[in-house]
Formats: sequence, structure tokens, C-alpha cells
Amino acid sequence: MTGKVHRATIYLGAIALISACGCRQEMYDQPKYRPLQKSDFFADQRASRPLVEGTVARGTLASAPVPAAGAPSAEELRTTMPVPLTRELLARGRQRFEIFCTPCHDRTGGGGGMVVRRGYRPPPSLHIERLRDAPIGHFYDVITRGLGAMPDYAQQIPPEDRWAIAAYVRALQLSQRAALADVPEPERRSLKERK
Amino acid sequence: MAQIFHRSTNFLSRFSIFGSVFFLAILLWLFYDLEASPYTTQQTIAREQPVQFSHAHHVGAIGIDCRYCHTSVEKAAFAGIPPTKTCMNCHSQIWAQSPYLEPVRESFRTDKSLEWTRVNDLPNFVYFDHSIHVNKGVGCETCHGRVDQMPLMYQAASLQMKWCLECHRHPERYLRPKEEVFTMGWRPPVEQAVLGERLKREYHVRDRVVLESCSTCHR
Ligand code: HEC
Ligand code: HEC
Ligand code: HEC
Ligand code: HEC
Ligand code: HEC
Ligand code: HEC
Repeated sequence: MTGKVHRATIYLGAIALISACGCRQEMYDQPKYRPLQKSDFFADQRASRPLVEGTVARGTLASAPVPAAGAPSAEELRTTMPVPLTRELLARGRQRFEIFCTPCHDRTGGGGGMVVRRGYRPPPSLHIERLRDAPIGHFYDVITRGLGAMPDYAQQIPPEDRWAIAAYVRALQLSQRAALADVPEPERRSLKERK
Repeated sequence: MAQIFHRSTNFLSRFSIFGSVFFLAILLWLFYDLEASPYTTQQTIAREQPVQFSHAHHVGAIGIDCRYCHTSVEKAAFAGIPPTKTCMNCHSQIWAQSPYLEPVRESFRTDKSLEWTRVNDLPNFVYFDHSIHVNKGVGCETCHGRVDQMPLMYQAASLQMKWCLECHRHPERYLRPKEEVFTMGWRPPVEQAVLGERLKREYHVRDRVVLESCSTCHR
């Protein structure tokens, strides 16, 4: 009889122990950091460490912002793209332009985006004479370092994408000044018919 | 010696044996329900945040793309939470005096991070990657709900294992064209069954054996 009671208590105890283990949360919150988690170790409490000034990621040396953004040397801006111009690049540029620039510059580059309508200082149209004549490096430079009321996008847009956007801005500018003669023959006819 | 228990107690004893089965079943059912309820999963419960940041205003009303703020969502496991600088792109001028935004300005002045409260939070033993889902045509909306209608962010799905598996077993029910991944309120132009099957082939989504295997998510 006592033997039985004894065994029962052992079983009960074992069950209690096992179920107590089940309530521990150590595998849920392991002693490792996930991105941007709060840390008690570092003074600024950031587990994702801020980059040291001038850090260049592997493989981006060619387009690193040294000496000056979008410029072959400190004084002059690039007039040509350092990457080949392809259809994919333009498509990418369009996509990125619509993510990052349309809130202010709107889809056509006219400058009446939603944020401007809510009171942000209106940017100039991208189709004004001065910007049409500006070297392509200027757009890269404005994205990288900002200009006046225009914020910089160095953190949000990697260098390849900045060139893609610059190329797309050029395409937008062309599109707003296109003559009928620029349109290929078959489309030209259909355009005329629609008119 | 007289019997201790009257005959009628036979019924009681039978009833209690029978009843205990029901009782256990109900207990189990309760447990199962509770375990999947918002009380444990925190589903649909809006969190307090240091700033009353509204996706309804920024995404719904102004139409800012997710990637403007969640910049790494296409390339990395982590979607990315915007740094204070991103807010200041616009709020250096818009609502620049508003007391609502004082924590943002203070963070910008002092270079101290804003401490957002995490909403979607998987246990550390689960591996999740945004980039593969986004690049294979799973929309933000499918997992996060109508973000453009959320004044405060809440968790739209239970994030339980069975929820992940539901889709990993039948991804074709949820896939959409890659261009529509960031769109809110997307409706399939043709029947989902047809479209889903096509996209599954086009995007080379692997079969359920791979997607269901434990080491896909527990690695
Ligand atoms: C938050 C609103 C905002 C966003 C977003 C924005 N811009 Fe601007 N942009 C401005 C304002 C305002 C100006 C006028 C700056 C000034 O003259 O002070 C401007 C000016 C410019 C100019 C003209 C510079 C000159 O020489 O006058 C270019 C080019 C430009 N932006 C390109 C871009 C590109 C490319 C993007 C997307 C990566 C972008 N902007 C996103 C607000 C914005
Ligand atoms: C203007 C910047 C901005 C835009 C645009 C934006 N978000 Fe956010 N998002 C934030 C910030 C800041 C947070 C953290 C605060 C919070 O949880 O509300 C956040 C949080 C989230 C979270 C919850 C993160 C967590 O803690 O689990 C999800 C999910 C999310 N965003 C999805 C989206 C989706 C989907 C879109 C596009 C439809 C989008 N966001 C657009 C800034 C933005
Ligand atoms: C692209 C521009 C832009 C960015 C980036 C942006 N906001 Fe806003 N925000 C706005 C505009 C425009 C309004 C005004 C909305 C309105 O009038 O309906 C606003 C309004 C607000 C408000 C006022 C309350 C409300 O919801 O209307 C808060 C708080 C706010 N933003 C927080 C933030 C935070 C935090 C961030 C950074 C994660 C951020 N915003 C990034 C444009 C922006
Ligand atoms: C397959 C489902 C799924 C899809 C699709 C998805 N998310 Fe998530 N998201 C999650 C889960 C699960 C988490 C929690 C991750 C964790 O705790 O590690 C999360 C977390 C987040 C976070 C918090 C930061 C992080 O990465 O932990 C943000 C921001 C976010 N998602 C935004 C987005 C945006 C924007 C999109 C669309 C491009 C998107 N998500 C698409 C499931 C998804
Ligand atoms: C709405 C559908 C859907 C949901 C919900 C979903 N997934 Fe996925 N998941 C996919 C698809 C589609 C793929 C891509 C499969 C492929 O490439 O073959 C994928 C792939 C993955 C991969 C990558 C596998 C690899 O080998 O790289 C992981 C990890 C993953 N999912 C984890 C999760 C987790 C964890 C959850 C739940 C929190 C989840 N998923 C919820 C649809 C979904
Ligand atoms: C699609 C991704 C995915 C796959 C595949 C997957 N799991 Fe999970 N698993 C999860 C998620 C997400 C959770 C966290 C659930 C929660 O927090 O409630 C989880 C939790 C668990 C837990 C802990 C349950 C708890 O409540 O603590 C165990 C045990 C587990 N999984 C075992 C497995 C086994 C065994 C397999 C293979 C047959 C498997 N998982 C396959 C996503 C997955």
C-alpha cells in the first residue's frame, strides 16, 4: 500500500515537473539579438550598431560617395552614367521614382504630389529649362545630398537605384517634350486616329 | 449489514463517469479555443505607440508606398522600421509644430531611437523571411491585413504555426502578381484558382513537401 502511494507521488511529481518546464519561455526569447532590438549592453541601447562614418559596403566601392556625390571629381558633375542604360534600368528607375519621389514631385514630375498638397514647400517642375539642361549627375547629387528644402535620400536609396532614378527623370523630361515625329510609324497612325 | 449506498446512486455514478468524458471534452475544446483566441495570440489588438503613427493617414490618405519606409522588405528577412530621419523628410515642414510629433523631433535632436512597440512577433525559434514571400507574390495584405485602414497598427493574423502551414500547403490560393504585392484591396482580375496555379508555376514555387518540412521554418 505505501509502495503504491509512493509511486503515485513520484508520477504526479514528474508530471508537475514536466508541465512546469512547458511554461518556460526561454526558447521564445533567446539570448540573441534580432534587428533593431533593444540592448542593455551598448550605451545607446541599439543592438543594430550605427555605421562608422565613411563605411563602404563590399562591392559598392565604385559608386561610393567619395569624393562628391555623382561627380567624377569634387568640382564637376558627371554628364554620363557610370552604369549601362538598359530597359530594365529604366523600369527600375520608374518604380523607385514612384516610391520615393511621387509623394512630392507627382508621377509626371510636375511638382504637385500629395505631400505638397498638404503643405510641403512646392518643388520646381522637373521640366523647367534649367533642369533639362542639367547634367545627369545633378539628379544623382540631389538624391544623395538633398538640396534646400529637398531631403536627402542617401539612407533610403542605394547608389545603383539613384542612377536608375536619374535615368528615368531624363526619360520623363523627354516624354513631356516629345513631338509627333518621335513616335514610331504604326503608333503615330493610331494616335492620329484617336485625335 | 445494510448497503451504504442506495440503489439510486448507481445512476449517479454512471452519470458522473459519462459526464466526466463530456467535461474533459469541453475543457479540451475551451483550451483549444483559448489557445487560438486573440487573448493568447494578441490578434487584432492595437498597441500603444510612443507616437500616434497612423498607417491610415500615411498609406491610405497620402498614398505612400510601403517601401518608402520599410526599405529592406524586398531584400532581407527583416522588413525594416524607418529611422527618425525618414519621418523628418516630411515632418521638418508638415505638422512641424504639432505636439503629436514632439517625440519624433526630440529623437531627431538627441539622436536617441524612438522605441516602437513590436506588433508582429514570432518566437525566436521560428525563421521567417520577408524577401522570399514578397518576391514570390505574397501580398503584404495577405498577412498584415488592410494596413491602409489601420489608425494604429495591430496584428491581423494569428501567426500560429497552423496559419503558416495553411498557406504553405496551398500557396496558390493566395498568390498575386508581383506588381500587386504592395497594393491594398487587390482583387484577382480572373478567378484565383486559375491565376494562382499559373503564378505558382511562373514563380517556381516549390511543392508542399519542402514548404511543410520542419527545417524550413525551424532551422
Ligand atoms: C518631401 C518632398 C520631396 C520628395 C519626396 C522629393 N523631393 Fe525633390 N524636391 C523637393 C523640394 C521641396 C525641392 C525644391 C528644393 C529647393 O529649391 O529648396 C525639390 C527639388 C528637386 C530637384 C531640383 C533641384 C534643383 O536644382 O532645383 C530635383 C532634381 C529633385 N527634387 C529630385 C527628386 C528625386 C529624384 C526624388 C526622389 C528620389 C525627390 N526629388 C523626392 C521635395 C521633395
Ligand atoms: C511613413 C512611413 C511608413 C509607411 C509608408 C508604411 N509604414 Fe508600416 N510602419 C511604419 C512605422 C513607423 C511602424 C512602427 C510603428 C507601428 O507599429 O505602428 C510601422 C509598422 C508596421 C508594421 C508592424 C511592425 C511590427 O511591429 O510588427 C507592419 C506590419 C507594417 N508597418 C506594414 C506596412 C505596410 C504593409 C505598408 C504599405 C502598405 C506600410 N507599413 C507603410 C512606417 C510606415
Ligand atoms: C512622405 C511624407 C511623410 C513621411 C515620410 C511621414 N509623414 Fe507623417 N504625415 C505626413 C502628412 C502629409 C501628414 C498629414 C496628414 C493629413 O493631413 O491627413 C502626416 C501626419 C502625421 C501625424 C499626425 C497625426 C496623423 O496621423 O494625422 C503623425 C503623428 C505623423 N505624421 C507621424 C509620422 C511618423 C512617426 C513618421 C515616420 C515613421 C512619418 N509621419 C513620416 C507625411 C509624412
Ligand atoms: C507571409 C506573411 C507575410 C507577408 C507577405 C508580409 N509579412 Fe511582414 N511580417 C510577417 C511576420 C510573421 C512578421 C513577424 C516577424 C518576426 O517576428 O520575426 C512580420 C513583421 C513585419 C514588420 C516588423 C519588422 C520585422 O521584419 O520583423 C514589418 C515592418 C512588416 N512585417 C512589413 C511588411 C510589409 C511592408 C510587407 C509587404 C511588402 C510584409 N510585411 C509582408 C509576415 C508577413
Ligand atoms: C499566404 C501564404 C504564406 C503564408 C501565410 C506564409 N508563407 Fe512562407 N512562403 C510562402 C511562399 C509562396 C513561399 C515561397 C516558396 C518557394 O519559393 O518555393 C514561402 C517560403 C517561406 C520560407 C522560405 C523557405 C526557403 O527555403 O527559403 C520560409 C522560411 C517561410 N516561408 C516561413 C514562413 C513562416 C514562419 C510563416 C508564418 C509566420 C509563413 N512562412 C507564412 C507563402 C506563405
Ligand atoms: C511554415 C513554417 C513552419 C513549419 C514548416 C513548421 N513550423 Fe513549427 N512553428 C511555426 C511557427 C510560426 C511557430 C510558433 C507558433 C506560435 O507562436 O504560436 C511554430 C511552433 C512550433 C512548436 C512550438 C509550439 C509551442 O507552442 O511552443 C513546435 C514544437 C513546432 N513548431 C514543431 C514543428 C514540427 C515538428 C514541424 C514539422 C512537422 C514544424 N514545426 C514545421 C512554423 C512552422
